[in-house]
Amino acid sequence: MGEPRRTILYDTHVNLGARLIDFGGWKMPVQYEGIVAEHNAVRSSCGLFDISHMGELMVGGAHAADFLDHALTNQASRLLVGEAQYTLMCNDQGGVIDDLYLYRIAREVFLLIVNAGRVQEDFAELQRLVVEFGEGRTVNVVDESNNLSAIALQGPSSRSIVQNLFNMEGAIRISQPAELEKNQIDAFIFNGEIVYTACSGYTGEDGFEFIAPNSVTEALWQRIMQIGQQYELRPIGLGARDTLRLEMGYPLYGHELSTEISPLEAGLGYFVQLDQPFRGRAELAFQKKEGIPRRNAAFVMNEKCPPPRSGHEVYQGDDLIGNVTSGTQSPSLNTGIGMALIDRSQAQVGTTVEIDIRGRRFPATISKKPLYQKS
Amino acid sequence: MSTIPENLKYTPTHEWIRLEDGIATVGITDHAQAELTDIVYVELPEIGRALAAGDSCAVVESVKTASDLYSPLAGSVVEINTELEGAPELVNDSPYEDGWIFKIRTDSEPDWSGKLDASGYASEIGES
Repeated sequence: MGEPRRTILYDTHVNLGARLIDFGGWKMPVQYEGIVAEHNAVRSSCGLFDISHMGELMVGGAHAADFLDHALTNQASRLLVGEAQYTLMCNDQGGVIDDLYLYRIAREVFLLIVNAGRVQEDFAELQRLVVEFGEGRTVNVVDESNNLSAIALQGPSSRSIVQNLFNMEGAIRISQPAELEKNQIDAFIFNGEIVYTACSGYTGEDGFEFIAPNSVTEALWQRIMQIGQQYELRPIGLGARDTLRLEMGYPLYGHELSTEISPLEAGLGYFVQLDQPFRGRAELAFQKKEGIPRRNAAFVMNEKCPPPRSGHEVYQGDDLIGNVTSGTQSPSLNTGIGMALIDRSQAQVGTTVEIDIRGRRFPATISKKPLYQKS
Repeated sequence: MSTIPENLKYTPTHEWIRLEDGIATVGITDHAQAELTDIVYVELPEIGRALAAGDSCAVVESVKTASDLYSPLAGSVVEINTELEGAPELVNDSPYEDGWIFKIRTDSEPDWSGKLDASGYASEIGES
């Protein structure tokens, strides 16, 4: 893979005292002051994340919407300009090539935010699908990952912070970002460049994601930090990003999702429109009809125990029924939580299973997502 | 810079040892707790367990990872810090006092080979 790449905010992270790790081919901050403190800040007030490691693909052209209905499991053509949806790209076997967020930023232009480690696979797959999609139909796929950066502002105070972030009204329909509703996006001018601003995120909190040209990203980060001072806005690393998403039961590619796991097995059937012509549809329709043998389920540990971790075995009595896909100690619930891919018959909410943690078994209860809910 | 008390002995695997009247109290260093960050669980050894020097005998878990603790000396476990069952964060907050992890009665004359004094440990972690 070579040397990990640095985002445009690398020096900013170093100056903030971040601890850096390799993630998805990038050198990224895992924490600044500490995972638990950062996690709690996002739940109670706000936090700012550098998510520039993620990939940005653009799909445009007169037939872009129709093409994306053929490429992705959710219904792209249903999106109005300025709307977004979570969606997945599958292979012929119904396995997941990537999960992504799809934004319609113009009638004929879509922005896809994809996982850092999957950009090349996604881009290659989309190009292949364009060829399959047919001649005479206009679709272009462009990888803008090297030109764009991304920042996420998450937490209950986020809306107050974005209130006066931009001087001009949005280009699509909104006058200022605080008017954005969940899964809406608009384009604002910042330092002469277009900054796409969406009400979306990966924490379960209200929040915004900014997709900006590299040239203005540092200035945007500093501007948000400056406005956020009165709300004690602080930078948040990937460590807290993981505990926050896990409390919500959101999947992470490489853990809950892979080319060997279907969206139905991952519990993401809601984002699969089987009446759409996407790749992998036939296999997923078959899985739905016949029933899947395994399913991802969220769980909460019943008693004090070491935190469950990815790979730990899950048992029902003497039977090995699957493995933990992600696990941690939940800072909000102060207990072990996780997700596991297990026999479907054992995946009902309320079922008690056992997690093998270093040779000792601890009881856990299959629980409804999200595992954390605002009181 | 982390705190490294002068009166303790250290291991290259980041345990500290306080020997008093044949009883060695063991914990992890300030540097180790800072590296591990938020400690959320400590798996303690069983009282009475006989340990050889270097035996893995406890586990300290942070949000991100599990880290083994090794017995610095040979002996048997005579006391464990049960406070950590309810408050594992004591290891972060007070690594050399309230966050101690276990005590062993050492076999005969403790073997200090491979152990470090404060300045040796400081250079081990690049803080000398």
